[in-house]
Amino acid sequence: MVDKICLPAVKKKSWKEIPIGGTIINSPTSLVNKTGAWRAFRPIWDKSKCINCMMCVATCPDMCIPVEGDKRKETDFDYCKGCGICASVCPVKCIKMEDEGRFTE
Amino acid sequence: MNKARPLTGAEAVAEAMRQIEPDVVAAYPITPQTPIVEAYAKYVADGLVKTETIKVESEHSAMSAVIGAAYSGARSMTATSSAGLAYMWEMLGIASGLRCPIVMPVANRAISAPLNIHCDHSDSMGARDTGWVQIYAEDAQEAYENTLLALRIAEHKDVLTPVMPCMDGFITSHGVENVVIHDDAPVKAFIGSYKFPFNLLDYKRPIAVGPIELTDYLFETKRQQVEGMAYVPKVLPGIAKELAKITGNEFDVIEEYHTNDADAIILTMSSAAGTTKTVVDRMRKAGKKVGLLKLRMFRPFPYERVAKALEGKKTVAVLDRAFAFGANAPIYSDVKSAPYDLTSKPKLQSYVFGIGGRDLSDFHIEAVFENLLKGKVTGKEEYINLRE
Repeated sequence: MVDKICLPAVKKKSWKEIPIGGTIINSPTSLVNKTGAWRAFRPIWDKSKCINCMMCVATCPDMCIPVEGDKRKETDFDYCKGCGICASVCPVKCIKMEDEGRFTE
Repeated sequence: MNKARPLTGAEAVAEAMRQIEPDVVAAYPITPQTPIVEAYAKYVADGLVKTETIKVESEHSAMSAVIGAAYSGARSMTATSSAGLAYMWEMLGIASGLRCPIVMPVANRAISAPLNIHCDHSDSMGARDTGWVQIYAEDAQEAYENTLLALRIAEHKDVLTPVMPCMDGFITSHGVENVVIHDDAPVKAFIGSYKFPFNLLDYKRPIAVGPIELTDYLFETKRQQVEGMAYVPKVLPGIAKELAKITGNEFDVIEEYHTNDADAIILTMSSAAGTTKTVVDRMRKAGKKVGLLKLRMFRPFPYERVAKALEGKKTVAVLDRAFAFGANAPIYSDVKSAPYDLTSKPKLQSYVFGIGGRDLSDFHIEAVFENLLKGKVTGKEEYINLRE
């Protein structure tokens, strides 16, 4: 019971051990930092209505919509932050934003 | 030794920039700095230097562009004064926080309001805690040589701190003096090539610059800045000696002019120091034991050197060319704390002078010395040439 309450201590580095100016040198840190965890709304894509115009692909700020050949694929939810731009620009409204709480525990 | 030529301080600083030949200059005009960049723009137009000049819409943008360039393998410079320095104030902290080795000549001009285009130190003094090294020039020759020195200090691998070489607006920036511009070859060899540990354009080693740091790391990153500043007095003598081989003048953080046996000393910076030298010479001829302690580097403040220079001295007047409203004037504040631990401390008197370009003449300085020689110390901030 006690073990579950006490979090393990994270060893923070001293001022002598970190790069100067706060510069991050082990880029790209996004490989381990999955910003999709910030999402409050999730884009639900209806593939049957999609015309593959690529508007959502071009306007996604996180480049989360992969393309194969001339068709888009499902959004990469590791990095989708739920901004809703894809739903907003879709000319056929095949993308709807829904509460993320419905999909996560 | 080359022949001296009549040059303004601004032209002399532009010559230093020509010899440094930065890769990028982004600047916005403001009196009295404008002629520096104008002269440099002519060098670019005439093909004497290969520099990418960016005509930005404000000083905030100027510093932003220079920071970005510095992180992209480009040696970068800008110049400013007064409200321009104020406008880029946010970016001063960015430049020093990101450890950019930027050199930015400042032609000191009063901060508004009311609007005034003439010399005082309220601009650079307002920025004294932004993490920039500050050195002050007495005349155009020093303005020129300090700019070269600044480059080597800023880019030293243990310092990596931006530097503001300052000169008095109009007095030095626009006044014509005989200046010796040293030969290009040895100066360029002294300047060397741009070395900076990071380059955003090096796609093989990707980095992220200027990230957020939360409560668990900002303190440590700022502690590194303290270390960078602490290295300045360590690396300075070596760099100064190297430059002295070319110029014949060795930079030191203070200059002691007849202070050894002086009964009365004036401590000040910039052109006022030059005028004070003339008065010291005249009064010494008349048998009065007076001296000048000229401060050349204001940040990092050389507490130990100032304390040592003032130890055992009788009376010292500190002449500040800026107010620090609600507190002791800037230089006075630091000088007063310097000899705190000494057993033999001089009596100190604070003077503020020269605000908004108000004249400081030889007879004003003579009056200050006479007061000091009489031991007249009021313990309050006094003013020179102010209509009470």
